[in-house]
Amino acid sequence: MSALIQLTAVQKYYGDYHALRDINLTINEGEFFSLLGPSGCGKTTLLRTIAGFEGVSEGAVMIAGKDMSDVPPNLRPTNMVFQSYAIFPHLSVAENVAFGLRKSGMGKPEKAAAVKDALNMVGLDGYGDRAAHALSGGQRQRVALARALILKPKVLLLDEPLSALDKKMREHMQVELIRLQRAVGITFILVTHDQEEALVMSDRIAVMFEGEIGQLADPESLYRRPNSRRVAEFIGKMNFINGTASATDEGAKLLVPGLGKCTIPAEQFPQGVTTGDVAIGIRPETLAVLFEGDKAPRFEAEAVVDEVVYYGDMTYYDVRVAEVEKPLTIAMKNLIGRPVLDVGAKTRIAWDERSLVVF
Amino acid sequence: MKLRVYAIAYLIFLYAPIFLLPLFAFNQGTIIAFPLSGFTTEWFGELAKTKALHAAVQNSLFIALMTAVFSTLLGMCAARAGAMANFPGKRGIMGFVMLPLVLPEIIVAVSLLVILRQVLGVNLSNWTIIAAHVLICTPFCIAILNGAFQNLDPAMEEAALDLGESRWSAFRLVTLPLVMPGIISSMLIAFTISLDEFIIAFFLTGTNPTMPVYIWGLLRFPASLPVVMALGTLLVALSIILLTIAEILRRRGIAKAGGTDKGGFL
Repeated sequence: MSALIQLTAVQKYYGDYHALRDINLTINEGEFFSLLGPSGCGKTTLLRTIAGFEGVSEGAVMIAGKDMSDVPPNLRPTNMVFQSYAIFPHLSVAENVAFGLRKSGMGKPEKAAAVKDALNMVGLDGYGDRAAHALSGGQRQRVALARALILKPKVLLLDEPLSALDKKMREHMQVELIRLQRAVGITFILVTHDQEEALVMSDRIAVMFEGEIGQLADPESLYRRPNSRRVAEFIGKMNFINGTASATDEGAKLLVPGLGKCTIPAEQFPQGVTTGDVAIGIRPETLAVLFEGDKAPRFEAEAVVDEVVYYGDMTYYDVRVAEVEKPLTIAMKNLIGRPVLDVGAKTRIAWDERSLVVF
Repeated sequence: MKLRVYAIAYLIFLYAPIFLLPLFAFNQGTIIAFPLSGFTTEWFGELAKTKALHAAVQNSLFIALMTAVFSTLLGMCAARAGAMANFPGKRGIMGFVMLPLVLPEIIVAVSLLVILRQVLGVNLSNWTIIAAHVLICTPFCIAILNGAFQNLDPAMEEAALDLGESRWSAFRLVTLPLVMPGIISSMLIAFTISLDEFIIAFFLTGTNPTMPVYIWGLLRFPASLPVVMALGTLLVALSIILLTIAEILRRRGIAKAGGTDKGGFL
């Protein structure tokens, strides 16, 4: 894999507002890359600086080895799928898709064939003659994809492309986008505020907060080893318990109030081993409510069920444990024969020191 | 029920004088009074024969057309800037641009006359009237075009840019067709306003009067009153047609750009 896009020390100011803070980023050829963050974190601004709609205040944007600082968006090897899709309502579907070919010098039959291929690729064969304003949200998005991909860009930029779709359609399009990206082999850069979407689709994810990149990692590392508390809180759900740590040669001894004592290696301290007061993060699915016949866990504790949220496939319990200030959330799969506990029920819970992340 | 009576009374008050125009335009008597004395199209025939009137109408049409073109061009620049760009003092500037809408025309007319004659020493002609009409029509054009531009997704032009078009061709291929109904609607309104504007034209007219000024001149001769009525009838009909077309186009434009009608200016 070779580097396709390189951002070096990119800064962006709007007056006094510091929108992008020292962004250093390399995005590879053929990669599905996501920019993830809450609204206002600068992810769309970053995408627009790659597209060329925004200039950078300092630093450099390189695409395919060329400095892009003086290259306007129409001459960059990037194409974009806009959040609103920006389908031209006065043109037909085929005219929309063929729009970018105007300056290609292609003949009419060649263009028609290219449009047909592009519509085929996004599953809209036979829609060419439809009026663009009569399409559904999902169809608009496919037209926007076809319109961008027909130009065979080096990079496809997607600005929250799924946010306007309903849940079913969104999940369907996630899978389709992954498939499409593998088929065309082009680098996709996706902007999203939906962490699940980013985890499902991406090869690598950059999590952004307030104009800077908080963590850049593959989805699994990001989920398992968030490098800061804000990343841990943004990606998925995480319980935090205030505990104490004391450093040892290989890691630390940890006292988790209400749960017990354990020893963990240094790698479970993403910001380095500290001694004294620490925040201990535990994912809900790494805790378990113990039912009869379950294997003896590595560690267990007494708890009282405080809240039950039933999702069908899963049940989320909030349980109170003595000495822990906030209830702990536990995610349990509803396996065959496993009962759903009532609020107030006394139970035992299992935990595992290997799943802890300590800040 | 009460409200309905009130509404009908209000409409009669508004439009009764206008309905008298066609009534007397087709009336045989030369005196404008009841009872009516029989049907005639004589006064319309008279219109067709009056050379001076033809010259005045030609002047007015030329002025109205030029005013429509220039004020719509200016209105487009302002509406586009207002809808798409953010710049310091935007609200203040937009308010200032709309000010001629509420300035008394007589003030505009007098001050323009002073500036054009005393300060700049320009000879009065159709062009001085055009300049003044552009001044008073532009706010109307901005009001109409604002709707067209504000309903436009700013990502449209960016998408065209992204697909390889230059700024100008993106505007020509995407923005222009989408706001075209608004542009036509704006030109029709400006045309109508300019066509029957009297005060400014009266002050700034050169040796060739415009139609309203010519009509005012006719009023001094009681015998020509029915001719004026006939001319007025034609003008009312023309105004209604033009404004209807303008409103239809404005609505169609909003539908085309995929927006919802937020209540028009008419």
